[in-house]
Amino acid sequence: MTQLIIMAAYLGLLLVLGAIAHRFFSGTAKDYFLASHSIGPVFLLMSIFGTTMTAFALVGSTGEAFRTGIGVYGMLASWSGLMHVAVFFFVGIRLWAIGKRFGFVTQVQYFRDRFESNTLGLVLFPVLVALVIPYLLTGLLGAQAVVGSLTRGAFPQAFASTQGGLPPWMSGLVICGVVLTYVFFGGMRAAAWANTLQTCVFMVAGLIAFWAISSSLGGLEAATRKVLESHPERLIRGEAISQWQFLSYGLIPLSVGMFPHVFQHWLTARSASAFRLTIVAHPIFILLVWAPCVLIGVWATSAVMPDGSLIVPQGSPPNTELAIMVQKLTSPALGGLLGAGILAAIMSSLDSQFFCLGTMFTNDIVVHYFGEDRFDDRRRVLLARCFIVGIVAVAYALSLANPRSVFTLGIWCFSGFAGLFPLICASIYWRRVTSAGAYASILVTGLVWVLLFRQSGYGVNGGFLFLGMMPVATMFVCSLVALVGVSLLTAAPSAATMNRYFPSRRASAASLPALTAPGD
Amino acid sequence: MTKRKLIYFALVVLAFIHQDFWFWDNPTLLCGFLPIGLAYHAFYSLLAALVWLLALKYAWPADIETFAEGDSDYPETPVE
Repeated sequence: MTQLIIMAAYLGLLLVLGAIAHRFFSGTAKDYFLASHSIGPVFLLMSIFGTTMTAFALVGSTGEAFRTGIGVYGMLASWSGLMHVAVFFFVGIRLWAIGKRFGFVTQVQYFRDRFESNTLGLVLFPVLVALVIPYLLTGLLGAQAVVGSLTRGAFPQAFASTQGGLPPWMSGLVICGVVLTYVFFGGMRAAAWANTLQTCVFMVAGLIAFWAISSSLGGLEAATRKVLESHPERLIRGEAISQWQFLSYGLIPLSVGMFPHVFQHWLTARSASAFRLTIVAHPIFILLVWAPCVLIGVWATSAVMPDGSLIVPQGSPPNTELAIMVQKLTSPALGGLLGAGILAAIMSSLDSQFFCLGTMFTNDIVVHYFGEDRFDDRRRVLLARCFIVGIVAVAYALSLANPRSVFTLGIWCFSGFAGLFPLICASIYWRRVTSAGAYASILVTGLVWVLLFRQSGYGVNGGFLFLGMMPVATMFVCSLVALVGVSLLTAAPSAATMNRYFPSRRASAASLPALTAPGD
Repeated sequence: MTKRKLIYFALVVLAFIHQDFWFWDNPTLLCGFLPIGLAYHAFYSLLAALVWLLALKYAWPADIETFAEGDSDYPETPVE
Protein backbone atom coordinates (compact mmCIF):
# COMPACT_ATOMS: atom_id res chain seq x y z
CA MET A 1 0.00 0.00 0.00
CA THR A 2 2.94 2.38 0.72
CA GLN A 3 4.12 1.95 -2.88
CA LEU A 4 0.65 2.78 -4.18
CA ILE A 5 0.40 5.94 -2.06
CA ILE A 6 3.80 7.21 -3.26
CA MET A 7 2.96 6.52 -6.90
CA ALA A 8 -0.46 8.17 -6.49
CA ALA A 9 1.18 11.24 -4.92
CA TYR A 10 3.57 11.44 -7.86
CA LEU A 11 0.71 11.25 -10.37
CA GLY A 12 -1.15 13.92 -8.39
CA LEU A 13 1.90 16.19 -8.62
CA LEU A 14 1.89 15.82 -12.40
CA LEU A 15 -1.75 16.94 -12.50
CA VAL A 16 -0.89 20.01 -10.41
CA LEU A 17 1.94 20.83 -12.83
CA GLY A 18 -0.48 20.47 -15.74
CA ALA A 19 -2.90 22.88 -14.05
CA ILE A 20 -0.14 25.45 -13.50
CA ALA A 21 1.04 25.11 -17.12
CA HIS A 22 -2.54 25.68 -18.25
CA ARG A 23 -2.54 29.05 -16.46
CA PHE A 24 0.42 30.10 -18.62
CA PHE A 25 -1.29 29.04 -21.87
CA SER A 26 -1.82 32.11 -24.07
CA GLY A 27 -4.44 30.47 -26.30
CA THR A 28 -2.42 30.53 -29.54
CA ALA A 29 -1.55 27.49 -31.61
CA LYS A 30 2.14 28.39 -31.42
CA ASP A 31 1.94 28.40 -27.65
CA TYR A 32 0.07 25.09 -27.53
CA PHE A 33 2.33 23.24 -30.00
CA LEU A 34 5.71 24.83 -29.22
CA ALA A 35 5.32 26.68 -25.90
CA SER A 36 5.95 29.86 -27.96
CA HIS A 37 9.64 28.90 -28.29
CA SER A 38 10.02 29.82 -24.62
CA ILE A 39 11.81 26.82 -23.07
CA GLY A 40 15.11 27.72 -21.46
CA PRO A 41 18.31 25.65 -20.98
CA VAL A 42 17.37 23.67 -17.83
CA PHE A 43 13.87 22.71 -18.97
CA LEU A 44 15.19 21.88 -22.45
CA LEU A 45 17.88 19.60 -21.02
CA MET A 46 15.45 17.82 -18.73
CA SER A 47 12.67 17.50 -21.30
CA ILE A 48 14.95 16.20 -24.07
CA PHE A 49 16.74 13.82 -21.69
CA GLY A 50 13.43 12.57 -20.27
CA THR A 51 12.01 12.08 -23.76
CA THR A 52 15.01 10.17 -25.10
CA MET A 53 15.34 7.95 -22.01
CA THR A 54 12.59 5.38 -21.70
CA ALA A 55 11.96 2.86 -18.94
CA PHE A 56 14.73 0.88 -20.60
CA ALA A 57 17.23 3.25 -18.95
CA LEU A 58 16.24 1.89 -15.53
CA VAL A 59 14.78 -1.59 -15.86
CA GLY A 60 16.12 -2.57 -19.29
CA SER A 61 19.71 -1.59 -18.49
CA THR A 62 19.59 -3.62 -15.28
CA GLY A 63 18.05 -6.59 -17.10
CA GLU A 64 20.53 -6.50 -19.99
CA ALA A 65 23.48 -6.23 -17.58
CA PHE A 66 22.05 -9.20 -15.67
CA ARG A 67 22.06 -11.27 -18.87
CA THR A 68 25.16 -10.01 -20.72
CA GLY A 69 27.29 -8.11 -18.21
CA ILE A 70 28.97 -4.71 -18.16
CA GLY A 71 29.28 -4.43 -21.97
CA VAL A 72 25.74 -3.10 -22.11
CA TYR A 73 26.95 0.29 -20.82
CA GLY A 74 29.39 0.82 -23.67
CA MET A 75 27.01 -0.57 -26.26
CA LEU A 76 23.99 1.49 -25.27
CA ALA A 77 24.94 4.31 -22.91
CA SER A 78 28.35 5.69 -23.84
CA TRP A 79 27.52 5.48 -27.56
CA SER A 80 24.42 7.56 -26.82
CA GLY A 81 26.50 10.12 -24.94
CA LEU A 82 28.46 10.73 -28.13
CA MET A 83 25.88 10.14 -30.87
CA HIS A 84 22.80 11.74 -29.28
CA VAL A 85 24.74 14.90 -28.64
CA ALA A 86 26.24 14.82 -32.15
CA VAL A 87 22.67 14.77 -33.45
CA PHE A 88 21.66 17.64 -31.16
CA PHE A 89 24.72 19.68 -32.17
CA PHE A 90 24.82 19.07 -35.91
CA VAL A 91 21.14 18.50 -36.64
CA GLY A 92 18.96 19.68 -33.75
CA ILE A 93 20.24 23.24 -33.46
CA ARG A 94 20.00 23.77 -37.21
CA LEU A 95 16.50 22.34 -37.38
CA TRP A 96 15.54 24.62 -34.50
CA ALA A 97 16.82 27.61 -36.50
CA ILE A 98 15.11 26.48 -39.72
CA GLY A 99 11.88 25.67 -37.87
CA LYS A 100 11.84 29.01 -36.08
CA ARG A 101 12.69 30.99 -39.20
CA PHE A 102 10.13 29.31 -41.44
CA GLY A 103 7.49 28.55 -38.79
CA PHE A 104 7.48 24.75 -38.94
CA VAL A 105 5.80 22.73 -36.21
CA THR A 106 6.28 19.19 -37.50
CA GLN A 107 8.94 17.22 -39.37
CA VAL A 108 6.53 16.53 -42.24
CA GLN A 109 5.99 20.28 -42.81
CA TYR A 110 9.76 20.69 -43.03
CA PHE A 111 10.29 17.80 -45.43
CA ARG A 112 7.40 18.90 -47.65
CA ASP A 113 8.90 22.34 -48.00
CA ARG A 114 12.54 21.27 -48.24
CA PHE A 115 11.83 18.68 -50.95
CA GLU A 116 9.07 20.66 -52.72
CA SER A 117 6.76 17.67 -52.48
CA ASN A 118 3.37 17.27 -50.84
CA THR A 119 3.33 13.57 -51.61
CA LEU A 120 6.57 13.04 -49.75
CA GLY A 121 4.75 14.16 -46.62
CA LEU A 122 2.00 11.70 -47.36
CA VAL A 123 4.56 8.89 -47.69
CA LEU A 124 6.54 9.89 -44.62
CA PHE A 125 3.56 10.49 -42.34
CA PRO A 126 2.39 6.85 -42.07
CA VAL A 127 5.99 5.65 -41.75
CA LEU A 128 6.63 7.92 -38.78
CA VAL A 129 3.29 7.09 -37.15
CA ALA A 130 3.86 3.35 -37.70
CA LEU A 131 7.26 3.58 -36.03
CA VAL A 132 6.05 5.70 -33.09
CA ILE A 133 3.00 3.59 -32.15
CA PRO A 134 4.81 0.35 -31.16
CA TYR A 135 7.37 2.46 -29.28
CA LEU A 136 4.51 4.18 -27.44
CA LEU A 137 2.73 0.89 -26.72
CA THR A 138 5.93 -0.58 -25.30
CA GLY A 139 5.96 2.20 -22.71
CA LEU A 140 2.30 1.83 -21.86
CA LEU A 141 2.51 -1.95 -21.43
CA GLY A 142 5.67 -1.54 -19.38
CA ALA A 143 3.95 0.96 -17.09
CA GLN A 144 1.01 -1.41 -16.60
CA ALA A 145 3.37 -4.24 -15.70
CA VAL A 146 5.36 -2.11 -13.24
CA VAL A 147 2.28 -0.81 -11.42
CA GLY A 148 0.80 -4.31 -11.29
CA SER A 149 3.94 -5.84 -9.83
CA LEU A 150 4.64 -3.06 -7.29
CA THR A 151 1.05 -2.96 -5.99
CA ARG A 152 0.78 -6.77 -5.70
CA GLY A 153 -0.97 -7.66 -2.46
CA ALA A 154 -2.52 -4.21 -1.94
CA PHE A 155 -6.05 -5.31 -2.89
CA PRO A 156 -6.16 -9.09 -2.33
CA GLN A 157 -9.96 -9.35 -2.46
CA ALA A 158 -10.79 -6.80 -5.14
CA PHE A 159 -8.20 -8.02 -7.63
CA ALA A 160 -7.58 -11.65 -6.79
CA SER A 161 -6.75 -12.55 -10.40
CA THR A 162 -3.70 -10.23 -10.34
CA GLN A 163 -2.61 -11.33 -6.84
CA GLY A 164 -4.02 -8.14 -5.37
CA GLY A 165 -2.15 -5.80 -7.76
CA LEU A 166 -3.85 -3.16 -9.87
CA PRO A 167 -5.00 -4.85 -13.10
CA PRO A 168 -3.58 -3.53 -16.41
CA TRP A 169 -6.92 -2.06 -17.51
CA MET A 170 -7.03 0.12 -14.39
CA SER A 171 -3.36 1.18 -14.23
CA GLY A 172 -3.42 1.90 -17.99
CA LEU A 173 -6.56 3.99 -17.54
CA VAL A 174 -4.99 6.01 -14.71
CA ILE A 175 -1.69 6.55 -16.56
CA CYS A 176 -3.40 7.51 -19.83
CA GLY A 177 -5.83 9.72 -17.92
CA VAL A 178 -3.05 11.62 -16.11
CA VAL A 179 -0.95 12.10 -19.26
CA LEU A 180 -4.01 13.11 -21.27
CA THR A 181 -5.10 15.64 -18.65
CA TYR A 182 -1.88 17.60 -18.43
CA VAL A 183 -1.10 17.44 -22.13
CA PHE A 184 -4.70 18.29 -23.11
CA PHE A 185 -4.82 21.43 -20.99
CA GLY A 186 -1.22 22.59 -20.92
CA GLY A 187 0.05 21.51 -24.35
CA MET A 188 3.77 21.42 -25.02
CA ARG A 189 4.60 23.61 -22.02
CA ALA A 190 2.96 21.08 -19.69
CA ALA A 191 4.82 18.24 -21.40
CA ALA A 192 8.16 20.05 -20.98
CA TRP A 193 7.49 20.86 -17.34
CA ALA A 194 6.25 17.37 -16.57
CA ASN A 195 9.30 15.89 -18.29
CA THR A 196 11.53 18.02 -16.08
CA LEU A 197 9.89 16.68 -12.94
CA GLN A 198 9.91 13.14 -14.35
CA THR A 199 13.62 13.31 -15.19
CA CYS A 200 14.42 14.49 -11.65
CA VAL A 201 12.31 11.66 -10.19
CA PHE A 202 13.82 8.83 -12.20
CA MET A 203 17.40 10.04 -11.74
CA VAL A 204 16.96 10.39 -7.97
CA ALA A 205 15.13 7.05 -7.74
CA GLY A 206 17.94 5.26 -9.58
CA LEU A 207 20.69 6.77 -7.44
CA ILE A 208 18.88 6.08 -4.15
CA ALA A 209 18.17 2.50 -5.26
CA PHE A 210 21.88 2.07 -6.04
CA TRP A 211 22.96 3.41 -2.65
CA ALA A 212 20.38 1.32 -0.72
CA ILE A 213 21.10 -1.90 -2.63
CA SER A 214 24.89 -1.61 -2.34
CA SER A 215 24.55 -0.96 1.40
CA SER A 216 22.33 -4.02 1.80
CA LEU A 217 24.83 -6.17 -0.06
CA GLY A 218 27.60 -5.16 2.33
CA GLY A 219 29.08 -2.34 0.27
CA LEU A 220 30.42 -1.90 -3.26
CA GLU A 221 33.42 -4.19 -2.89
CA ALA A 222 31.50 -7.03 -1.25
CA ALA A 223 28.79 -6.91 -3.92
CA THR A 224 31.31 -7.09 -6.79
CA ARG A 225 33.42 -9.74 -5.02
CA LYS A 226 30.41 -12.04 -5.02
CA VAL A 227 30.13 -11.63 -8.81
CA LEU A 228 33.83 -12.32 -9.21
CA GLU A 229 33.34 -15.62 -7.38
CA SER A 230 30.16 -16.77 -9.15
CA HIS A 231 29.89 -14.99 -12.52
CA PRO A 232 33.26 -13.40 -13.46
CA GLU A 233 32.20 -13.38 -17.12
CA ARG A 234 29.70 -10.60 -16.30
CA LEU A 235 32.59 -8.28 -15.36
CA ILE A 236 34.07 -8.36 -18.88
CA ARG A 237 32.52 -8.31 -22.34
CA GLY A 238 34.06 -11.61 -23.43
CA GLU A 239 31.89 -13.46 -25.92
CA ALA A 240 28.58 -11.98 -24.74
CA ILE A 241 28.96 -9.17 -27.28
CA SER A 242 30.85 -9.35 -30.56
CA GLN A 243 33.15 -6.55 -31.72
CA TRP A 244 30.99 -5.83 -34.79
CA GLN A 245 27.82 -5.83 -32.73
CA PHE A 246 29.40 -3.38 -30.29
CA LEU A 247 30.53 -1.14 -33.15
CA SER A 248 27.32 -1.21 -35.18
CA TYR A 249 25.21 -0.40 -32.13
CA GLY A 250 26.59 3.12 -32.49
CA LEU A 251 24.14 3.76 -35.32
CA ILE A 252 21.05 3.14 -33.15
CA PRO A 253 21.28 6.46 -31.23
CA LEU A 254 21.10 8.33 -34.55
CA SER A 255 17.39 7.49 -34.39
CA VAL A 256 16.80 10.56 -32.18
CA GLY A 257 17.45 12.69 -35.26
CA MET A 258 14.27 11.32 -36.84
CA PHE A 259 12.02 11.05 -33.76
CA PRO A 260 9.11 13.39 -34.52
CA HIS A 261 8.57 14.08 -30.82
CA VAL A 262 12.21 15.09 -30.30
CA PHE A 263 11.95 17.38 -33.35
CA GLN A 264 9.02 19.11 -31.64
CA HIS A 265 10.95 19.46 -28.38
CA TRP A 266 13.88 21.07 -30.24
CA LEU A 267 11.53 23.68 -31.64
CA THR A 268 10.40 24.72 -28.16
CA ALA A 269 13.86 26.13 -27.35
CA ARG A 270 13.97 29.84 -26.54
CA SER A 271 17.24 30.27 -28.42
CA ALA A 272 20.08 28.22 -29.86
CA SER A 273 22.01 28.96 -26.68
CA ALA A 274 19.40 27.01 -24.76
CA PHE A 275 20.91 23.86 -26.32
CA ARG A 276 24.32 24.47 -24.75
CA LEU A 277 23.50 22.92 -21.40
CA THR A 278 21.91 19.88 -23.08
CA ILE A 279 25.02 19.34 -25.18
CA VAL A 280 27.37 19.18 -22.22
CA ALA A 281 25.13 17.60 -19.58
CA HIS A 282 23.48 14.84 -21.68
CA PRO A 283 26.46 12.39 -21.53
CA ILE A 284 26.86 13.06 -17.80
CA PHE A 285 23.17 12.42 -17.14
CA ILE A 286 23.43 9.18 -19.10
CA LEU A 287 26.35 8.16 -16.89
CA LEU A 288 24.41 8.98 -13.70
CA VAL A 289 21.39 6.93 -14.76
CA TRP A 290 22.99 3.98 -16.54
CA ALA A 291 26.16 3.15 -14.60
CA PRO A 292 24.39 2.45 -11.27
CA CYS A 293 21.71 0.35 -13.00
CA VAL A 294 24.31 -1.69 -14.91
CA LEU A 295 26.18 -2.42 -11.67
CA ILE A 296 22.92 -3.44 -9.93
CA GLY A 297 22.19 -5.79 -12.86
CA VAL A 298 25.63 -7.39 -12.60
CA TRP A 299 25.36 -7.74 -8.81
CA ALA A 300 21.92 -9.33 -9.22
CA THR A 301 23.50 -12.34 -10.95
CA SER A 302 25.24 -13.42 -7.73
CA ALA A 303 23.56 -11.66 -4.79
CA VAL A 304 22.10 -14.06 -2.23
CA MET A 305 19.74 -13.86 0.74
CA PRO A 306 21.03 -14.80 4.22
CA ASP A 307 19.71 -18.35 3.65
CA GLY A 308 21.93 -18.66 0.57
CA SER A 309 19.13 -18.51 -2.00
CA LEU A 310 19.55 -16.20 -5.01
CA ILE A 311 17.83 -12.83 -4.62
CA VAL A 312 16.81 -12.92 -8.27
CA PRO A 313 15.75 -16.55 -8.79
CA GLN A 314 16.51 -18.30 -12.03
CA GLY A 315 13.61 -18.03 -14.44
CA SER A 316 12.47 -14.61 -13.20
CA PRO A 317 10.70 -12.66 -15.96
CA PRO A 318 13.08 -10.44 -17.97
CA ASN A 319 13.58 -6.84 -16.77
CA THR A 320 12.17 -7.51 -13.31
CA GLU A 321 15.65 -7.69 -11.74
CA LEU A 322 15.70 -4.10 -10.48
CA ALA A 323 12.21 -4.33 -8.94
CA ILE A 324 13.12 -7.65 -7.25
CA MET A 325 16.37 -6.26 -5.84
CA VAL A 326 14.58 -3.17 -4.50
CA GLN A 327 11.68 -5.22 -3.12
CA LYS A 328 13.89 -7.73 -1.30
CA LEU A 329 16.71 -5.46 -0.17
CA THR A 330 15.09 -2.13 0.64
CA SER A 331 11.96 -0.62 2.19
CA PRO A 332 8.42 -0.31 0.75
CA ALA A 333 8.93 3.46 0.61
CA LEU A 334 11.92 3.01 -1.69
CA GLY A 335 9.85 0.53 -3.68
CA GLY A 336 7.27 3.29 -4.12
CA LEU A 337 9.95 5.79 -5.14
CA LEU A 338 11.37 3.33 -7.66
CA GLY A 339 7.84 2.71 -8.98
CA ALA A 340 7.38 6.46 -9.38
CA GLY A 341 10.81 6.63 -11.05
CA ILE A 342 9.95 3.92 -13.57
CA LEU A 343 6.58 5.54 -14.27
CA ALA A 344 8.39 8.87 -14.69
CA ALA A 345 10.81 7.39 -17.22
CA ILE A 346 7.93 5.87 -19.17
CA MET A 347 5.57 8.83 -18.98
CA SER A 348 8.23 11.37 -19.98
CA SER A 349 8.36 9.68 -23.38
CA LEU A 350 4.67 8.80 -23.53
CA ASP A 351 3.37 12.38 -23.14
CA SER A 352 5.62 13.71 -25.91
CA GLN A 353 4.61 10.88 -28.23
CA PHE A 354 0.87 11.38 -27.63
CA PHE A 355 1.23 15.11 -28.08
CA CYS A 356 3.38 14.81 -31.17
CA LEU A 357 0.95 12.45 -32.91
CA GLY A 358 -1.93 14.85 -32.14
CA THR A 359 0.14 17.72 -33.55
CA MET A 360 0.96 15.74 -36.70
CA PHE A 361 -2.63 14.70 -37.43
CA THR A 362 -3.75 18.31 -36.95
CA ASN A 363 -1.06 20.10 -38.94
CA ASP A 364 0.08 17.54 -41.50
CA ILE A 365 -3.29 16.14 -42.48
CA VAL A 366 -6.30 18.26 -41.53
CA VAL A 367 -4.91 21.80 -41.70
CA HIS A 368 -2.68 20.95 -44.67
CA TYR A 369 -5.41 19.40 -46.82
CA PHE A 370 -8.43 21.46 -45.75
CA GLY A 371 -6.62 24.78 -45.98
CA GLU A 372 -4.71 26.82 -43.47
CA ASP A 373 -7.12 29.72 -43.80
CA ARG A 374 -10.03 27.64 -42.54
CA PHE A 375 -8.48 27.12 -39.12
CA ASP A 376 -7.76 29.93 -36.73
CA ASP A 377 -5.68 29.32 -33.60
CA ARG A 378 -8.66 28.37 -31.45
CA ARG A 379 -9.78 25.73 -33.95
CA ARG A 380 -6.30 24.31 -34.37
CA VAL A 381 -5.90 23.86 -30.64
CA LEU A 382 -9.36 22.32 -30.41
CA LEU A 383 -8.56 19.98 -33.27
CA ALA A 384 -5.26 18.95 -31.69
CA ARG A 385 -6.97 18.27 -28.39
CA CYS A 386 -9.57 16.07 -30.13
CA PHE A 387 -6.82 14.13 -31.89
CA ILE A 388 -4.86 13.71 -28.66
CA VAL A 389 -7.95 12.29 -26.94
CA GLY A 390 -8.47 9.94 -29.91
CA ILE A 391 -4.85 8.79 -29.97
CA VAL A 392 -4.78 8.16 -26.22
CA ALA A 393 -8.03 6.19 -26.50
CA VAL A 394 -6.70 4.08 -29.39
CA ALA A 395 -3.39 3.44 -27.59
CA TYR A 396 -5.23 2.45 -24.43
CA ALA A 397 -7.52 0.10 -26.38
CA LEU A 398 -4.52 -1.49 -28.14
CA SER A 399 -2.78 -1.98 -24.79
CA LEU A 400 -5.82 -3.90 -23.50
CA ALA A 401 -5.31 -6.42 -26.27
CA ASN A 402 -2.00 -7.04 -24.47
CA PRO A 403 0.15 -7.28 -27.60
CA ARG A 404 3.29 -8.56 -25.81
CA SER A 405 4.94 -8.94 -29.20
CA VAL A 406 5.42 -5.16 -29.40
CA PHE A 407 8.28 -5.50 -26.92
CA THR A 408 10.30 -7.24 -29.61
CA LEU A 409 9.60 -4.27 -31.88
CA GLY A 410 11.44 -1.76 -29.67
CA ILE A 411 14.87 -2.08 -31.23
CA TRP A 412 13.32 -2.39 -34.69
CA CYS A 413 11.53 0.95 -34.29
CA PHE A 414 14.80 2.60 -33.33
CA SER A 415 16.53 0.94 -36.30
CA GLY A 416 13.85 2.24 -38.69
CA PHE A 417 14.27 5.80 -37.43
CA ALA A 418 18.06 5.49 -37.62
CA GLY A 419 17.77 4.18 -41.19
CA LEU A 420 16.04 7.45 -42.10
CA PHE A 421 18.74 9.58 -40.48
CA PRO A 422 20.71 10.16 -43.74
CA LEU A 423 17.58 11.83 -45.08
CA ILE A 424 17.36 14.51 -42.40
CA CYS A 425 21.11 15.01 -42.32
CA ALA A 426 21.31 15.46 -46.11
CA SER A 427 18.35 17.83 -46.07
CA ILE A 428 20.36 20.20 -43.86
CA TYR A 429 23.85 19.87 -45.30
CA TRP A 430 23.55 18.79 -48.95
CA ARG A 431 22.10 21.27 -51.45
CA ARG A 432 21.91 18.65 -54.18
CA VAL A 433 19.65 16.15 -52.40
CA THR A 434 16.41 15.71 -54.34
CA SER A 435 12.88 14.62 -53.59
CA ALA A 436 13.42 11.49 -55.73
CA GLY A 437 16.41 10.69 -53.55
CA ALA A 438 14.25 11.20 -50.47
CA TYR A 439 11.57 8.82 -51.81
CA ALA A 440 14.24 6.26 -52.64
CA SER A 441 15.74 6.53 -49.16
CA ILE A 442 12.36 6.05 -47.45
CA LEU A 443 11.31 3.16 -49.69
CA VAL A 444 14.65 1.36 -49.45
CA THR A 445 14.73 1.76 -45.66
CA GLY A 446 11.20 0.34 -45.47
CA LEU A 447 12.02 -2.55 -47.78
CA VAL A 448 15.23 -3.52 -45.99
CA TRP A 449 13.46 -3.15 -42.64
CA VAL A 450 10.71 -5.57 -43.71
CA LEU A 451 13.15 -8.11 -45.20
CA LEU A 452 15.41 -8.16 -42.14
CA PHE A 453 12.48 -8.15 -39.74
CA ARG A 454 11.08 -11.21 -41.52
CA GLN A 455 14.48 -12.88 -41.45
CA SER A 456 14.64 -12.34 -37.68
CA GLY A 457 11.42 -14.33 -37.29
CA TYR A 458 9.42 -11.11 -36.92
CA GLY A 459 11.53 -9.99 -33.99
CA VAL A 460 11.35 -13.31 -32.14
CA ASN A 461 15.12 -13.74 -32.49
CA GLY A 462 16.16 -10.94 -30.14
CA GLY A 463 19.86 -11.44 -30.85
CA PHE A 464 19.45 -11.27 -34.63
CA LEU A 465 22.51 -9.98 -36.47
CA PHE A 466 22.99 -9.51 -40.21
CA LEU A 467 26.54 -9.94 -41.55
CA GLY A 468 27.58 -10.05 -37.90
CA MET A 469 26.21 -6.57 -37.26
CA MET A 470 23.04 -4.99 -35.95
CA PRO A 471 20.37 -4.80 -38.72
CA VAL A 472 20.47 -1.00 -38.43
CA ALA A 473 23.88 -0.99 -40.17
CA THR A 474 22.41 -2.52 -43.35
CA MET A 475 19.38 -0.21 -43.24
CA PHE A 476 21.58 2.84 -42.78
CA VAL A 477 23.97 1.98 -45.61
CA CYS A 478 21.19 1.05 -48.06
CA SER A 479 19.27 4.22 -47.20
CA LEU A 480 22.37 6.36 -47.70
CA VAL A 481 23.29 4.73 -51.02
CA ALA A 482 19.73 5.14 -52.33
CA LEU A 483 19.58 8.77 -51.20
CA VAL A 484 22.89 9.77 -52.74
CA GLY A 485 22.61 7.63 -55.88
CA VAL A 486 19.10 8.69 -56.86
CA SER A 487 19.75 12.34 -55.97
CA LEU A 488 22.74 12.43 -58.29
CA LEU A 489 20.74 10.80 -61.09
CA THR A 490 17.81 13.22 -60.86
CA ALA A 491 17.39 16.92 -61.49
CA ALA A 492 18.61 19.28 -58.77
CA PRO A 493 16.03 21.09 -56.60
CA SER A 494 14.74 24.45 -57.78
CA ALA A 495 16.85 27.54 -57.31
CA ALA A 496 14.12 28.94 -55.04
CA THR A 497 14.48 26.04 -52.60
CA MET A 498 18.27 26.15 -52.76
CA ASN A 499 18.22 29.88 -52.00
CA ARG A 500 15.69 29.41 -49.26
CA TYR A 501 17.73 26.82 -47.39
CA PHE A 502 21.24 27.61 -48.64
CA PRO A 503 21.24 31.31 -49.38
CA SER A 504 24.42 32.80 -50.80
CA ARG A 505 26.60 34.18 -48.07
CA ARG A 506 26.67 37.44 -49.99
CA ALA A 507 22.92 37.60 -50.51
CA SER A 508 21.08 40.05 -48.36
CA ALA A 509 18.26 38.99 -46.11
CA ALA A 510 15.92 41.05 -48.23
CA SER A 511 16.51 38.69 -51.15
CA LEU A 512 15.00 35.76 -49.27
CA PRO A 513 11.43 34.99 -50.22
CA ALA A 514 8.73 36.25 -47.88
CA LEU A 515 7.39 33.38 -45.83
CA THR A 516 4.19 32.63 -44.06
CA ALA A 517 4.65 30.58 -40.95
CA PRO A 518 2.15 27.72 -40.72
CA GLY A 519 1.95 28.06 -36.98
CA ASP A 520 1.54 31.82 -36.96
CA MET B 1 44.24 23.43 -38.74
CA THR B 2 41.56 25.66 -37.24
CA LYS B 3 40.22 25.05 -33.75
CA ARG B 4 36.92 24.00 -35.28
CA LYS B 5 38.62 21.32 -37.37
CA LEU B 6 40.52 20.18 -34.31
CA ILE B 7 37.20 19.69 -32.52
CA TYR B 8 35.84 17.65 -35.44
CA PHE B 9 39.03 15.59 -35.40
CA ALA B 10 38.61 15.04 -31.65
CA LEU B 11 35.06 13.79 -32.24
CA VAL B 12 36.29 11.29 -34.83
CA VAL B 13 39.01 10.11 -32.43
CA LEU B 14 36.37 9.80 -29.71
CA ALA B 15 34.27 7.58 -31.99
CA PHE B 16 37.33 5.38 -32.66
CA ILE B 17 38.38 4.96 -29.05
CA HIS B 18 34.88 3.84 -28.14
CA GLN B 19 35.86 0.41 -29.50
CA ASP B 20 38.11 -0.41 -26.53
CA PHE B 21 39.19 -3.89 -27.63
CA TRP B 22 42.18 -3.48 -25.30
CA PHE B 23 39.93 -3.86 -22.21
CA TRP B 24 37.56 -6.40 -23.79
CA ASP B 25 38.57 -9.36 -21.62
CA ASN B 26 40.39 -7.47 -18.86
CA PRO B 27 39.00 -8.55 -15.44
CA THR B 28 40.80 -5.84 -13.40
CA LEU B 29 38.69 -4.14 -10.74
CA LEU B 30 39.32 -0.47 -9.97
CA CYS B 31 38.89 0.58 -6.33
CA GLY B 32 38.01 -3.04 -5.62
CA PHE B 33 34.53 -2.89 -7.17
CA LEU B 34 34.50 -1.22 -10.60
CA PRO B 35 35.30 -3.44 -13.63
CA ILE B 36 37.83 -1.65 -15.82
CA GLY B 37 35.66 -2.12 -18.92
CA LEU B 38 32.85 -0.22 -17.21
CA ALA B 39 35.18 2.38 -15.67
CA TYR B 40 36.63 3.10 -19.12
CA HIS B 41 33.22 3.81 -20.59
CA ALA B 42 32.15 5.86 -17.56
CA PHE B 43 35.28 7.96 -18.11
CA TYR B 44 34.45 8.02 -21.83
CA SER B 45 31.10 9.64 -21.03
CA LEU B 46 32.89 12.37 -19.07
CA LEU B 47 35.41 12.82 -21.86
CA ALA B 48 32.55 13.16 -24.36
CA ALA B 49 31.05 15.90 -22.18
CA LEU B 50 34.43 17.68 -22.16
CA VAL B 51 34.82 17.49 -25.94
CA TRP B 52 31.29 18.80 -26.40
CA LEU B 53 32.12 21.65 -24.03
CA LEU B 54 35.07 22.55 -26.25
CA ALA B 55 32.82 22.23 -29.30
CA LEU B 56 30.53 24.86 -27.79
CA LYS B 57 33.48 27.18 -27.46
CA TYR B 58 35.22 26.58 -30.76
CA ALA B 59 32.71 25.12 -33.22
CA TRP B 60 29.46 26.86 -32.35
CA PRO B 61 27.62 28.28 -35.39
CA ALA B 62 27.87 31.90 -34.29
CA ASP B 63 25.19 33.46 -36.45
CA ILE B 64 22.55 30.80 -35.94
CA GLU B 65 20.41 33.01 -33.73
CA THR B 66 20.22 35.76 -36.33
CA PHE B 67 19.45 33.20 -39.04
CA ALA B 68 16.58 31.89 -36.94
CA GLU B 69 15.21 35.40 -36.60
CA GLY B 70 15.24 35.68 -40.38
CA ASP B 71 17.84 38.39 -40.88
CA SER B 72 20.97 36.47 -41.82
CA ASP B 73 22.29 33.86 -44.20
CA TYR B 74 22.61 30.19 -43.45
CA PRO B 75 24.77 29.83 -40.35
CA GLU B 76 28.19 28.47 -41.09
CA THR B 77 30.55 30.85 -39.35
CA PRO B 78 32.04 29.30 -36.26
CA VAL B 79 33.33 31.23 -33.30
CA GLU B 80 37.09 31.17 -33.64
